[in-house]
Amino acid sequence: MAATADADEALRIRPAVAADVPAVIALDEEVTVLAKPAYWHDMFERYGARGRRARFFLVAERLDRLKGFVIGETRAWEFGSPPCGWIFAIQVRPKGRLKGVGTQLFNAICDRFRETGVVNVRTMLALDNITILSFFRSQGMMAGPFIELETTLESSADRT
Amino acid sequence: MKLQKATCFALFAVLELAADPARQLSAAEIAEKYDISQHHLAKVLRDLARAGIVESARGVGGGYRFAGNPKRLTMMDVIELFEPIRPDRADGDDPRPNTDIGRALRTVLNEIDEHAQATWRSISVSTMLKIVRQRPVAVARDQTKT
Repeated sequence: MAATADADEALRIRPAVAADVPAVIALDEEVTVLAKPAYWHDMFERYGARGRRARFFLVAERLDRLKGFVIGETRAWEFGSPPCGWIFAIQVRPKGRLKGVGTQLFNAICDRFRETGVVNVRTMLALDNITILSFFRSQGMMAGPFIELETTLESSADRT
Repeated sequence: MKLQKATCFALFAVLELAADPARQLSAAEIAEKYDISQHHLAKVLRDLARAGIVESARGVGGGYRFAGNPKRLTMMDVIELFEPIRPDRADGDDPRPNTDIGRALRTVLNEIDEHAQATWRSISVSTMLKIVRQRPVAVARDQTKT
């Protein structure tokens, strides 16, 4: 019966509040097997608490239980890019996947981005994270005009 | 990354059949639509059937229909049936693989391959069909701009 009630109850997408942070930390730990409380408290301070116009920290809940969250921001001129929506994080409770939660979160943050006047959405992903790569591709995202590069810094000793 | 002919034929067949899973199509019908060798396609379809991606229907109007899960089956699942895809490979036909320049070229080629493979692995049949449906709209939009 509980499962039926859970499925029948509409998913609600709303801005995160401070009381959501412990559930966000728990969900992230469930997915990544690494607890990062300081990081998520800081993310909430930067994207959730201050209520800035172009910063968004949204949660999806059903029956008062957090099912997922998404964080993003409209940023301009970094890397020479005109204003663009950036998605920094999206997580959906593993048992609640393939039920449209991620899609609703994605659509909700895209609506927020549209309100800021941008027409493009961007994210950055690990090449080996096929689950999340597949999710964003299923939302219509494709390779963009930028490429990420990195290097390993030599130690000071190696350079001398 | 260049796909072999059999791989391309397989992708055409899988996507054509998956676009309407209830529909049966013969090798001849698919071959005619894409102007490819029916004989070669028939062999490819048998390989796809052995892998459970398509199933053959016997009798009058027999042919093939899509039998996979379009949200789970990826482009790479199909590609790997027809050609070996290995990360960090060193091809036998690499020029001068034991030289510094040969090794450096292989490093860059591997980087390109890694991106290509991640791309194929992340695109499901369902996602690919969305791209197929969007392309005519995008082309029409581009033509309107010019």
